[in-house]
Amino acid sequence: MNREKLVIIGNGMAPGRMLEELFEKAPGLYDVTIFNAEPRVNYDRIMLSPVLSGEKAYDDIIIHGDDWYRDHGVTLHRGARVGAIDRVAKTVTAENGIVAPYDRLVIATGSLPFIIPVPGHQLPGVLAYRDLDDVEKMLDIARNKGKAIVIGAGLLGLEAAYGLKRQGMDVTVVHLMPTIMERQLDPAAAYLLEKALTERGIAIITKADTKAILGTDRVEGVELKDGRILDGEMVIMAVGIRPASALARDAGIAVNRGIVVDDGMMTSDPNIYALGECAEHRGTCYGLVAPLYESARILADRLCGGNGEYGGSVTNTKLKVTGINLFSAGDFAEGDDREEIVLRDATAGVYKRLVLKNDRIIGAVLYGDTTDGSWYFDLMKRSVPVTEMRDTLIFGQSYQGGTTLDPRAAVAALPAEAEICGCNGVCKGKIVDTIAARGLTTLDEVRAHTKASASCGSCTGLVEQLMSITLGDAFNPHAVKPMCGCTDLGHSDVRRLIVAKQLKTIPAVMQELEWKTSCGCAKCRPALNYYLVCDWPDDYADDYQSRFINERVHANIQKDGTYSVVPRMWGGMTSSSELRAIADVVDKFEIPAVKVTGGQRIDMLGIRKEDLPAVWADLGKAGFVSGQAYAKGLRTVKTCVGTDWCRFGTQDSTGLGIRIEKFMWGSWTPAKLKMGVSGCPRNCAEATCKDIGVICVDSGFEIHFAGAAGLDIKGTEVLGLVRTEDEALEYIVALTQMYREQGHYLERIYKWAKRIGLDEIRRQIMTDAEKRQGYFERFVLSQKVAQVDPWSERVSGKDKHEFMPMSELKLEAAE
Amino acid sequence: MNTHMNSWFDVGSISDIPRRGARCVTTGTMTVAVFRTADDKVFALEDKCPHRKGPLSQGIVHDGCVTCPLHNWVISLETGRAQGADEGETLSFPVRLEGDRILLSLMPQTAEAVIAAE
Repeated sequence: MNREKLVIIGNGMAPGRMLEELFEKAPGLYDVTIFNAEPRVNYDRIMLSPVLSGEKAYDDIIIHGDDWYRDHGVTLHRGARVGAIDRVAKTVTAENGIVAPYDRLVIATGSLPFIIPVPGHQLPGVLAYRDLDDVEKMLDIARNKGKAIVIGAGLLGLEAAYGLKRQGMDVTVVHLMPTIMERQLDPAAAYLLEKALTERGIAIITKADTKAILGTDRVEGVELKDGRILDGEMVIMAVGIRPASALARDAGIAVNRGIVVDDGMMTSDPNIYALGECAEHRGTCYGLVAPLYESARILADRLCGGNGEYGGSVTNTKLKVTGINLFSAGDFAEGDDREEIVLRDATAGVYKRLVLKNDRIIGAVLYGDTTDGSWYFDLMKRSVPVTEMRDTLIFGQSYQGGTTLDPRAAVAALPAEAEICGCNGVCKGKIVDTIAARGLTTLDEVRAHTKASASCGSCTGLVEQLMSITLGDAFNPHAVKPMCGCTDLGHSDVRRLIVAKQLKTIPAVMQELEWKTSCGCAKCRPALNYYLVCDWPDDYADDYQSRFINERVHANIQKDGTYSVVPRMWGGMTSSSELRAIADVVDKFEIPAVKVTGGQRIDMLGIRKEDLPAVWADLGKAGFVSGQAYAKGLRTVKTCVGTDWCRFGTQDSTGLGIRIEKFMWGSWTPAKLKMGVSGCPRNCAEATCKDIGVICVDSGFEIHFAGAAGLDIKGTEVLGLVRTEDEALEYIVALTQMYREQGHYLERIYKWAKRIGLDEIRRQIMTDAEKRQGYFERFVLSQKVAQVDPWSERVSGKDKHEFMPMSELKLEAAE
Repeated sequence: MNTHMNSWFDVGSISDIPRRGARCVTTGTMTVAVFRTADDKVFALEDKCPHRKGPLSQGIVHDGCVTCPLHNWVISLETGRAQGADEGETLSFPVRLEGDRILLSLMPQTAEAVIAAE
């Protein structure tokens, strides 16, 4: 078949989208060839910032993988920059010599970063922020931490600054104008943003004009016109872009700022089109993805014989900095013919401003709470009169008509044509219809079929709400299971953020991570309390009201509300005096039941709560401490008699068990931790179904972990063999600390190990001595505060209120 | 009806109860759990979960509810009713603050309980 030849110069997001549309409308219509100056496939440039900050990897942001080009029969020349277009011969020639004839040509060369031509601008270490090469160069320099200077506080500059900060660099942003992001934000929102970024450790200098970039062999700093000198090993120029139109100009095509196109995206040559950031349509060059995708759709339509017309776009902006919500759209300059509605809540950090003209919204700036951004944007684009709802307009869509505050109500109320995904121009109707028509149930499927939320991802919440409205309970929005109903975050995210954001109290966690309830619930509070105890052993004050009753009163609650008490018997060893003391306590307090436990100790059951301190006092006198049989923490270390008595014993298993228990008692862990030490492979201490176990052999100590003998039954895995008892202790402690730092609350060690991977655990504990040492030292540090016997503390009066009634009413006397 | 059913008893000071916690008041025939929430509101329920009679005073207090320590039923401090899918109700009693003193009435405020008590 002799198909028409379509050649595309550039392999960015706009031509990628155009081809998708084209292949859907008219598969096989053209023989397609793409020249890409970058040595890559089509990836999502909007997501460069998350790659820079480490929140995503390159693989996560690929739009079209190699398969896609193969499946659609597209010839992709990578690393091939086109040097010339011959409009007479209708060919393009790449700098590497490849020549391709065309019937139709699309120029999609994108834009070039504007580099201020100050002295020193060519020094190594001066970078732009346009493509993955730039990001890789930045990451390379960021490896040595150090200082970075970003010139330009627009969208890209600030995202670059945030990313570099996340990579551990010291970042200063210099900006020529008095306020940051002045094209998208009014001064009030700019102030809030500047404050939020400063709190994140990014220094911002406004009204700063760059005089020169300093350095001899490479960048060493920046000099400002006011004489200030800033040190830095990297300078990012993010002062703007200009359309890459030289190739078109050289070929004699009409070029103004960009390559001039009509409403059908056609240039002055009827066989040549321009698309993306290199094009200029009705005097405007667009730099955001949404309008480019709109025009891509028009071009695809034209290429298969349609007559679609592009009418220009109203754009909106969101900043992709984790934890900062910012939305701006339209025109928000002040003017005599304009009115404005403003809402400020300084404490909550919320600022909303709507600019009205002729009773219609023409501009919106939202900071802090951007939930209603798409609603305002929709009202703006459709030019809806707002007279009727003016009084409550600023409070958002859910306040209209006195309806409920169900967050989904706002989305449910949106009209079918309301735009949900700004990047890809996907409206609500398309998402809802596609979900129903194709039976979609996951976010990834919706992304795949509709493109909604597939670019910058900031509309993900809206798309999920739509799925939830459309599918009801059949939709599970989170691949990651949230900790509980109080948050959407999973355990791993919460743990990571506690450390990353240095959150050191439960209220701080709930505030910063936007808990949905005022003081959590019985699921999340004990988990948060554990994470804080574990991560900040020095600083955090244990919140007893967030502990389960057993850990609050240091005994085990029974079905009738009485308690059971288990003192420690180190390694399962006891003596006549200990047994005598237990017998006396049982008699004195008329304890109804005494039982030998599976962990080699003695349980006294049926003790009234008010008797607990007195029981502990008597046990304490005999030398007993709490066995922590109630704790998500170290429980027992079961042992056999080893070389002390056994004729098969290879090592002193009892001694090692006692040593481990004395070293580790009192430590809190994500779930209970039970251990065993067997003196020989006959394994009388049943160490191979414990959380952590040791099998002694002639040549040393085989350390086991991740066994289970409860709801699940599972033999242990071998961590490794060590030669000495000292090593055995060190490795076990390090393993425990690794589990303490990474485990989800109530996740036993075998489940954690399955999640993390056995090899990774072996690598960190057995072969990475530095890691192992670090874990060991952090455990030792936390033990300094943890090893306090809770029973003797309470005998001496701590938490007295826990153990007696507040008041005993004598009602007979009142009659 | 006993006269004491209509009286207010001073059972202690609000500072006797930890925030997000509870203390018990015994009457000889019954134990009442008096709760103090994070925002210093007080509530009183019979210390018995409607499920298996677990001592609610020992539970974790969050917002306006307590989670029973035995099987994690969540009980409303205000109404004594089980929340979510669980069904059941425990007796709730009027309680109020006068300065920092806690005054408790033993006249149950649950509709069914009032009838039962008469």
